[in-house]
Amino acid sequence: MMFFFLFSVSGNASNPEFKKKKNSECLLRLRHEGLLNSCPAGVASCPASSCPFRSPRSPRLKLLESALLLGPRPTAGGMEFSELIRTGRAQAELLRGPGAPPLRGTLCVTGHHLLLSPGPQATSDLWLLLLRSVDSIEKRVAGDSGTITLRCKDLRVLQLDIEGVEATLDIARSIEALSSLESVITSFPFFYRPKGLRLGDAWHFHPPEHYYKRVARETNAWRLSEVNEDFSVCPSYPRAVIVPRAVDDDALARSARFRQGGRFPMLSYHHAPSGTVLLRSSQPLTGPQKRRCAEDEELLRAVLAGARPGARGFIVDTRSAQAAKQARMTGGGTEAKAAYPGWKRLHRPMERGRPLQESFVRLVEACGDLEQSMDRWLSRLEGCRWLAHVKEALSTACLAAQGMEREGACILVHGAEGTDSTLLVTSLAQLILDPLSRTMTGFQELVEREWIQAGHPFQLRCAHSAFSHARPKHEAPTFLLFLDCVWQLGRQFPLSLEFGEGLLLALFEHAYASPFGTFLCNSEKERCLCEVRTRTHSLWSGLNQPKEQRKLRNPLYVLNPLAIWPSVEPQSLRLWQGLFLRWTRPPEPSEAAWEKVWQIVTDKEKTEGSQPTVSASEPQP
Amino acid sequence: MEHIRTTKVEQVKLLDRFSTSNKALTGTLYLTATHLLFIDSHQKETWILHHHIASVEKLALTTSGCPLVIQCKNFRIVHFIVPRERDCHDIYNSLLQLSKQAKYEDLYAFSYNPKQNDSERLRGWQLIDLAEEYKRMGVPNSNWQLSDANREYKICETYPRELYVPRIASKPIIVGSSKFRSKGRFPVLSYYHREKEAAVCRCSQPLSGFSARCLEDEHLLQAISKANPVNRYMYVMDTRPKLNAMANRAAGKGYENEDNYSNIRFQFVGIENIHVMRSSLQKLLEVNGTKGLSVNDFYSGLESSGWLRHIKAVMDAAIFLTKAIMIENASVLVHCSDGWDRTSQVCSLGSLLLDSFYRTIRGFMVLIEKDWISFGHKFSERCGHLDSDPKEVSPVFTQFLECVWHLTEQFPQAFEFNEAFLLQIHEHIYSCQFGNFLGNCQKEREELKLKEKTYSLWPFLLDDQKKYLNPLYSPKSQAVAVLEPNTVSFNFKFWRNMYHQFDRTLHPRQSVFNIIMNMNEQNKQLENDIKDLESKIKQHKNKQTDGVLTKELLHSVRPESPTLKTSLCFKEQTLLPVNDALRTIEGSNPADNRWS
Repeated sequence: MMFFFLFSVSGNASNPEFKKKKNSECLLRLRHEGLLNSCPAGVASCPASSCPFRSPRSPRLKLLESALLLGPRPTAGGMEFSELIRTGRAQAELLRGPGAPPLRGTLCVTGHHLLLSPGPQATSDLWLLLLRSVDSIEKRVAGDSGTITLRCKDLRVLQLDIEGVEATLDIARSIEALSSLESVITSFPFFYRPKGLRLGDAWHFHPPEHYYKRVARETNAWRLSEVNEDFSVCPSYPRAVIVPRAVDDDALARSARFRQGGRFPMLSYHHAPSGTVLLRSSQPLTGPQKRRCAEDEELLRAVLAGARPGARGFIVDTRSAQAAKQARMTGGGTEAKAAYPGWKRLHRPMERGRPLQESFVRLVEACGDLEQSMDRWLSRLEGCRWLAHVKEALSTACLAAQGMEREGACILVHGAEGTDSTLLVTSLAQLILDPLSRTMTGFQELVEREWIQAGHPFQLRCAHSAFSHARPKHEAPTFLLFLDCVWQLGRQFPLSLEFGEGLLLALFEHAYASPFGTFLCNSEKERCLCEVRTRTHSLWSGLNQPKEQRKLRNPLYVLNPLAIWPSVEPQSLRLWQGLFLRWTRPPEPSEAAWEKVWQIVTDKEKTEGSQPTVSASEPQP
Repeated sequence: MEHIRTTKVEQVKLLDRFSTSNKALTGTLYLTATHLLFIDSHQKETWILHHHIASVEKLALTTSGCPLVIQCKNFRIVHFIVPRERDCHDIYNSLLQLSKQAKYEDLYAFSYNPKQNDSERLRGWQLIDLAEEYKRMGVPNSNWQLSDANREYKICETYPRELYVPRIASKPIIVGSSKFRSKGRFPVLSYYHREKEAAVCRCSQPLSGFSARCLEDEHLLQAISKANPVNRYMYVMDTRPKLNAMANRAAGKGYENEDNYSNIRFQFVGIENIHVMRSSLQKLLEVNGTKGLSVNDFYSGLESSGWLRHIKAVMDAAIFLTKAIMIENASVLVHCSDGWDRTSQVCSLGSLLLDSFYRTIRGFMVLIEKDWISFGHKFSERCGHLDSDPKEVSPVFTQFLECVWHLTEQFPQAFEFNEAFLLQIHEHIYSCQFGNFLGNCQKEREELKLKEKTYSLWPFLLDDQKKYLNPLYSPKSQAVAVLEPNTVSFNFKFWRNMYHQFDRTLHPRQSVFNIIMNMNEQNKQLENDIKDLESKIKQHKNKQTDGVLTKELLHSVRPESPTLKTSLCFKEQTLLPVNDALRTIEGSNPADNRWS
């Protein structure tokens, strides 16, 4: 059941003709944004009095509000959006930081958006903010007006100066309540219907079966198992997983019982040039009694046997040796040397969880201070340790990749749960080794396969970004750390990645707050339960539209068939200014330069393209 | 040469200073009169000019041989292992002698012969004409004139012969003022802003002590402010920290008292002196030379070295100067102690922000000739060309180049030249291969007869300018007429390509600049091809000649482009397998562009 929540029309008695014109413009724009594609309530059941499609003459704001303030009425004890919105509107001025001019107009809170509609004299467009992307909100009142500072998950800081104390407080409370709603199925992706995209379009874009086809072409030692068809063996794995052909489904199920969260060792990447594989799993549940599991041992033996006779393996544990040992007290642990012949364990401690989140918070704090001295800045950059984490991640990935490429060894990566630093290592190692994963499609497939379907708990990890005052529970910027490492690779090999910084920035934004369903939930199982695939749009179909390409692609890309080994010396790593200083530095010169690069490249294509036409007009004898 | 005892040592190992695997190249070391040469087993040559050597160190004997560490002024550090201690000792002693010359005449420039005749050499020296440059700025004019006071270096030995001063400043005023200024360096014109009719002037500190005055000096400053028809007050920038300037008063020097000079606004800027800068760079190099450096040690080292703080201070001073001229339309007088280090930095960087001409290749040469060479920045002492007082050595000019590099990073389209140009100039202030940077002032250079005995660097750079072009340069863009850099702390970065220019494992593995440059060239070539073809088609139509002939004509032009294309795309790739399979480095290599 759908409902509309209506506000009274503002007392702005302007020329009705003008209003009408503005209204239709507005509708067009909303349609264009994909916020209003068809009557969301369905024409038949639509209450005639309020449906924007029935009466295009209804006042402009009422129209917008009704169009955006949609949502199913949560039945199970939830609140309706209407109850969360204290006041719908106020006159306000929006300050968007350096470079962007302030906007004045009517501010309006709807179920999923904050929108500012400029007054009739203004020429600028409607301004929209997804409420979900608000990370923290701060309000101040003075005299008869108030100020709300919104810090967004994409690190933007916005300031709203609002007329009226009551209105300020009410709007602040509404934003606070609406931006922290936790229910997935009432979130915006379930209502977002962009123009030009069809529901369910790209959800079958990068299925695991697709990657299996590639592996099967390269080797016969692996098979696609549907042991997890109903998510009963491992709730955080996808339905289909790639496992050694020699191991049957029963053995997999038993190995799963020996691994935390059921994450038994599965194939992450097959490196054809050396015939070795990259596997990932969670920690074995050896516990204080040093338990063993025959099927788990058999599985890893089969991996080595499948690679080549006498192949060796390395287990890269992303915890310190001591932490791994301590994990035994709580039922976890590591693979015993004697139980896994041919496998050698290496410990590469990587930061995770809360310390990583704190590192992110401190870095963002430092980046927000424009007045600090050089010494203070450098000491804060050091103190936050973010770049040290980048170095750790890249060097561990290099270690895994070198093991495969140079020593011809199989690699198994795990930490504790195997859903965070494990994925960071496996995905980066692939990017270093595999030229296909450096293409636009390949990289999207990598993110889909190694992060989304691999069960990185996005919902938990990205619940809050760096500004939230809420006590962090499960938040950690593991995915952002991955994107940063990819950016560093791109800086060191500027011609070898088909995508540019734009794609990485887009992924960062969408992981934290998005109109698309791709990053919703924590695992495939949850996505199935919420019917994400059938009821939301996929980010990949959004990004792969032709109009987005210029922002996302690297114009200088040339296929590089070799491995790309980055330098991990501190002198070679750099702060990702495009992300961390995105909203505080003037972007013009660098953007203009990028535009110039595009222009040179397209010129090149043009001149090359025009040549055959000249020769085609060759006069015939 | 009497210093060379061993000319050739075999089985020498060259260690990579950042490789953790301790892998070494084995090869042969040759010692020549001018260079140290290492040829490894892949026939790759490493040339080290003796003049570039800052220090040679013999470490304790190891099982594999005797380690010899050579640190160069261009930040190259090589670590050899010589199998026999005696050879090592010989080379060590020879290098100690060869790298420190006592006389100018023994420097490389006096023996370097690029096969040019005398008229070519002279033309090279005339390439940059400062009189022409002042004319470009718009002087002499009704307010400024050329003074002949220093024609014979009588007033100031460290200034050039030609000086521009306010028209109303008479010779007695100039002479009087010069007696009141340290080393006689009285206020003269450095840059004239034609539109604003405002001037950038430079001088040294006044000999004011605690209370001394000089009426002529006061008159001269007044004359400078009067030469600006728009704004009657002028800024006096003392680029030193206030404490240093006050301490100088005890020695009879100091700074201008605002009460004695009418219409001046006095301002301290706070750039540290040459000794602080020298030890700051030393600390920086110590930190980043550490093997297996952690991220945290790197940043705490970067902070404690203070290097970037100093760079920011220089940049902020230049911005202050620019704003005084652009916003307040006021003339500015800049000085420090002697007016040849910090003053040169601030005046030249300020001019670079104000005037886009200095951001071209030729303009940048003019800028260096004007504010650094002609106004007596003591290149020989600051760069340690001769075996002289190590306390006079300081990376003042390097700092200037680094400031310019930061500007190129912030304004990627504003400069005609690229980073390689800056690195190449830096290479040659130490190389002593060309005459430009020898000596400490113009008078000394004339005495050395540099224009007859040595060559000028600039024509060689211009001949090679293709290497130094910035493919993104957009000179017409209005947004970069006057640069307004942002000096928030996080805009300053460690200049890896300078301080690690020879540590190739630390560099990006592919160069964007090169590929864009190639594309740009290819575009031009293809466009020419098209024009060529079109004109031929036209010709053909006009003449109605035999078709076979035309076809051949067309073919003669076309086959080039496909090869060009493949060479462009696969150049980077084919380079790869040649190098070490693991740590492949491609793209630009400044070392290949060297003259040496």
